Amino acid sequence: MLVLDIFIHLILLILFPPFLIGFINKVKAWTAGKQGPSLFQVYYDIEKLLKKGAVYSSTATWIFKAGPILTSASLVCAGLILPMMRNHSTFGFTGDLIFFVYLFALGHFFLLISALDVGSSFEGMGASRGAAFGTFAELALFSALAIFCIPAGSPTFKSVFTALPWKTWGFAHPAYLAGALVLLAVLLTENSRLPIDDPNTHLELTMIHEVMVLDHGGPDFAFILYSSSLKLLLQADLLIHFLLPFPSHLTEEGVLLLLSGILGIGILIGILESVTARLRLQRIPQFLIGAFILTVLGLMISFYRGAP
Amino acid sequence: MIPYVNFILTAAIALNLYIVSSSRLRSCVQAAALQGSVLAFLPILLWGTQASKLEIINLLLIGIGTLGVKALLIPFLMFRSIQEANVRREVEPFISLHLSLSAAAVLVIISFWISKVTGLPHPPSAYLVPAAFSGILIGFLIMVSRQKAITQVIGYLIFENGIFIFGQILFQKIPLAVELGVLLDLLVGILVMGIAIYHISREFDHIDVSRLDGLKG
Repeated sequence: MLVLDIFIHLILLILFPPFLIGFINKVKAWTAGKQGPSLFQVYYDIEKLLKKGAVYSSTATWIFKAGPILTSASLVCAGLILPMMRNHSTFGFTGDLIFFVYLFALGHFFLLISALDVGSSFEGMGASRGAAFGTFAELALFSALAIFCIPAGSPTFKSVFTALPWKTWGFAHPAYLAGALVLLAVLLTENSRLPIDDPNTHLELTMIHEVMVLDHGGPDFAFILYSSSLKLLLQADLLIHFLLPFPSHLTEEGVLLLLSGILGIGILIGILESVTARLRLQRIPQFLIGAFILTVLGLMISFYRGAP
Repeated sequence: MIPYVNFILTAAIALNLYIVSSSRLRSCVQAAALQGSVLAFLPILLWGTQASKLEIINLLLIGIGTLGVKALLIPFLMFRSIQEANVRREVEPFISLHLSLSAAAVLVIISFWISKVTGLPHPPSAYLVPAAFSGILIGFLIMVSRQKAITQVIGYLIFENGIFIFGQILFQKIPLAVELGVLLDLLVGILVMGIAIYHISREFDHIDVSRLDGLKG
């Protein structure tokens, strides 16, 4: 059973992420009344990019080459300790929640310095934006997780997910609702989705994520594509674990919950991206500060009521 | 019913924060109206289970009165005075929106702290006092930190909503007549302020309250 669990966990972690991006694109195409690209388009893209050769700028050092791989590697490590079909992971340990967030930050850091390494002014601009918004988002993310951790009493996935009171989740404990909303806002920010950053735009002056990866090509860009889809999968997985009651053992129900939850998040993002416009760049810090303030409210409720 | 009360009170605090962070006058008024309509359900949810028949009629009257005045009549009057006074759509705060939002967060923390140290004997819901105080304090914040006369009215409205929440703790002590009288006062206050704003904007081309300090226009 344990071996099977680890096997499915790894399969989902390694192979599933590009499908989620394809699914979101399909939802967006359907909402716009179009046929859209195939659900497996991102796999084809990655395959095509892996076959290509890479061209490196003469100013780039080894950091530029190592960046995409290290980003992917740190995200895969983060995926190992994140629970998927169950309410805890086989590789979990005490304090793994904080470790998880910092592995994310590590991946983001390598993306930033590999963007700075080429010395392109556009990429420097993108990296500065990525760093600024990442800082705000991390503040909101940590305090949102703290809302869930305070009643559980320890920053560990297992204790947090087992301590959540499912029957009285939303109405009796509005703090959890605030926390989940902020996690959704952080998900949209970190994965450069609308209303923070438009994944379809190709104007360097307004982009955040895309402008950081302009100089990556071939296999490097394949890793960038893969790691950004993995990041989306992991954050969606984190969010749905706060929303849905997962069983403590490997069952069909858990697998079903996971898949339907992640595809549900995909539909949500697809519809959100079809109906919202991008925020002005100056408004984004306000959006993230607002998210943080909402977590202050949730934290006060958590502190004030103690363990609900 | 207490879970729903908790939800409503948290939504009221969150709407306070939204009003502070919003830069559009219209969305401020809409959020204040939403807050009023959400709070209209508070009395019946809070006391409905343990009230006698006569008291239930009282509770329903308070709810309907609040809904009618705070969610329909006052927003209508405010939208009209925004239109008639030809005010620009932005809020124009004295301090930046980021800073006032952070100040509002501090006020929320203070209001939770107040409710912890004052320690009312047995409030029906633990969030009643924090929600009331955050309404009062954030209402003051909006009144002092915004440039336009119309935002003072919004601050006053939030302030009054805070007092309304606080009044719910003492439902058994406050008769219906007082509650309805407060609603009427509020309505008259908004009317007078609306007319005043209209006249000020006709005389001076603007409704900037910082200019009210000087003797000449």
